[in-house]
Amino acid sequence: MSTLASGAPAGHRPAPIPRSEQGPASRRVVVAYGFWLFLLSDIILFSALFAAYAVLSGSTAGGPSGARLFHRPHVFVETVCLLLSSFTCGCMTLAIDLRSRPWMTLFAAATATLGLTFLGLELAEFTDLLAHGAGPSRSGFLSAFFALVGLHGSHVALGLVWLAVMMAQAWTLGLRPVVVGRLLCFALFWHALDIVWIGVFTIVYLGAR
Amino acid sequence: MTDASPRGADGARPQRPTPDQVPGQTPGEGLPGGPPQRHEVWVALRKVAFGLGASLLLTGASFWAAGSPHVYAPSVPVLLAALAIGQMGVHLVFFLHVSSGPEATNNIIALAFGVFVVALVVFGSMVIMANLDANMGGMAHATGTTGTTDMPSAGRSSSP
Repeated sequence: MSTLASGAPAGHRPAPIPRSEQGPASRRVVVAYGFWLFLLSDIILFSALFAAYAVLSGSTAGGPSGARLFHRPHVFVETVCLLLSSFTCGCMTLAIDLRSRPWMTLFAAATATLGLTFLGLELAEFTDLLAHGAGPSRSGFLSAFFALVGLHGSHVALGLVWLAVMMAQAWTLGLRPVVVGRLLCFALFWHALDIVWIGVFTIVYLGAR
Repeated sequence: MTDASPRGADGARPQRPTPDQVPGQTPGEGLPGGPPQRHEVWVALRKVAFGLGASLLLTGASFWAAGSPHVYAPSVPVLLAALAIGQMGVHLVFFLHVSSGPEATNNIIALAFGVFVVALVVFGSMVIMANLDANMGGMAHATGTTGTTDMPSAGRSSSP
């Protein structure tokens, strides 16, 4: 059966070209690889702050500990917002594959709304902590907490600005290959932020004793 | 090595078009020439939706395990770590599309190196600081605000 299918000369799938004869990798692969390297270096930056948090999480200097400060339902809603925004971002990528600007814009708007909701919830949490005297200058634990979670939040905020710029480019320049490449890089960035958040909610919020 | 793997499903195409391929495709741009088939997009959408479902399930399990009295308490950190690593894997495969395909080889090597560096930084810091903490009197009975544990992040944290 399979020999018949592969041996048929007029099959709808042409014989694959050997890797050694395909020439340089396509632009899409090379751009994604370069951006992947950037994302990994960004994750290494986060890992330094994770290490600082892991070392300092117990040094509360007589101040409040994480278990007293964090509200898990609040964090759960934040997490679901970010997960859903990752899903809508994936849908946006598919709309771009179809070259459908209305669907792309719809899913980008959904992604931005969920991202803004996440940021709003995080800012509400930060202001609540500050109002209770648990600011970053209170203890080593809170310094590490605000550095780590704040860095993630600022990444999300920058990602939202990037998304807005990309929507403007998509509507003024059209979905030409350069713009599509940038949009795909944005999608990678957004999914990577979600991966970092998995580490944050597991280590910081659920690991708080 | 990779000759047998069909690369048509995700729209990736060989760089140099064979004569029986679409002649209008510009090889330099690398993006798929025409719009992909509808059913391919539905397959991809199902993949992303599965990723969302699995990820929500794992998140729910994490929050449940952290707060539930039915889980043996000393095993909770290990369980949380396992769930988090599983969820990161789900994200890598279903959202970031890290695959075993031939053009993902470099990405996977870079990912392995990144994981290696992250593990070195995090566990190395924890081991070194725990060792310092144990050998320099420790912070357990030192009630002061500053001490040895502030050393590794002195450039970042602004503890008074």
